[in-house]
Amino acid sequence: MKIILTPEQLRLTIQRLAHQLTEEGLDFERTVFIGIQPRGIKFADEVVSHIKKLYPDQNVQYGKLDITFYRDDVRNSIHIANQTSMNHSIEAKTVILIDDVLYTGRTIRSALDALLDFGRPAKVELCTLIDRRFSRELPIQPDYCGWTIDSIVTQRVTVQWDLEQVILH
Amino acid sequence: MQLSTKHLLGIRDLNREDIGLILSTALQFKDVLQRPVKKVPSLRDVTIVNLFYENSTRTRISFELAEKRLSADTINFTASGSSVSKGETLLDTVNNILSMKVDMVVMRHSASGAPHFLAKHIPAAIVNAGDGINEHPTQGLLDALSITQALGTLEGVRVAIIGDIMHSRVAMSNIYLLKKMGAEVMVAGPPTLIPPYIQEAFGVKVEYSVKEALQWCDVANVLRIQLERQNQPLFSSLREYNLVYGVTRKLVDNLKKDIVILHPGPINRGVELDSDVADSRHSLILQQVENGVAVRMAVLYLLAGKD
Repeated sequence: MKIILTPEQLRLTIQRLAHQLTEEGLDFERTVFIGIQPRGIKFADEVVSHIKKLYPDQNVQYGKLDITFYRDDVRNSIHIANQTSMNHSIEAKTVILIDDVLYTGRTIRSALDALLDFGRPAKVELCTLIDRRFSRELPIQPDYCGWTIDSIVTQRVTVQWDLEQVILH
Repeated sequence: MQLSTKHLLGIRDLNREDIGLILSTALQFKDVLQRPVKKVPSLRDVTIVNLFYENSTRTRISFELAEKRLSADTINFTASGSSVSKGETLLDTVNNILSMKVDMVVMRHSASGAPHFLAKHIPAAIVNAGDGINEHPTQGLLDALSITQALGTLEGVRVAIIGDIMHSRVAMSNIYLLKKMGAEVMVAGPPTLIPPYIQEAFGVKVEYSVKEALQWCDVANVLRIQLERQNQPLFSSLREYNLVYGVTRKLVDNLKKDIVILHPGPINRGVELDSDVADSRHSLILQQVENGVAVRMAVLYLLAGKD
């Protein structure tokens, strides 16, 4: 087991991403942040709450999306669904998908499918905490990325929110 | 987490965890049904045949809609107008359909145990949509979902099943399910329509007065009088049945509490249930139909991954 991000690094990374997401003058009216269930939610919560701290007067639109029913491996294994709460229209807005670890890209592919069932966004961007590069199975790349790491298929990357660290094991 | 069975033949074969899993998945599908696009691509590579050897409106439409909302391909088969009338056996019919690469079978049959027989002989997953007087598991599940949504829980809830218990597969599935989930169950109706020894066999209360049953319960599940299954007269007339065993406005109004009324449909209005009770605020009948699609989606989804 190897610690990739210490609590201090994790905190700084979340702050950096919150600044990066907003530095070009975000139009809060026309932007929706969407965390991907289940593991992206904690990270999305952290990022969104930091953005709220930076812009206390703005109404930050934030939703949660479950992609279970959109997976491409239903016949191989059944996954249990989580709550979806999409209380903001995404029609003609910029959607920023937030997930913790980008690996094969299949989750994001499913998320794009799920997203389009709620409307037609003007633009979709992706923000991830960890990018496991060279392991992609689909042509999907993050627009905002905390850390890029090299790993092999048999390894796992886990964000331990209780210990505030990211490990490779 | 997965279902412990490969088929859904009856609630009898499910455990508490299975039932909980189906109900919680159904809630997520209910959410899907509220979206602008009421469809998910989960089962897009799955083909399902709906084999209906017996008449049905609600269940067949509900299953078909559930399949379409999951993006499955569907084939509908009804016994009338098929080669069944030329003498083809059930197994031959199903094997012929399966040889065309069908993955799942939803089946209703007037013979109890028909889906169980099929499950022993074919590889596809089978969902029982009602077999004779045995079970109607998806109805039991959707009733449970409706009760949970109205009262918040099944644990400790008092459910009275009123009417034709003898010929009712809905009653059987409800009894199995409610007992497994910790609810208290009473069956009520004329003695001729309540099977003997049901109290000993299933641990349910038996009551012959509908008034007493309504007084006792939180939920009344009123069943249809199944005239098509009765080959001898078990009560004198429909009018008399309504007078003595019907759930009427007056009975419901005289209760000192609120109860919830369920009915699996089709209703014989003015026989087991009066129109102004069926259409009142007590009634969850239309919610039951709505929940039916979500429950069937959950069952098909959870069984699709099992090879």
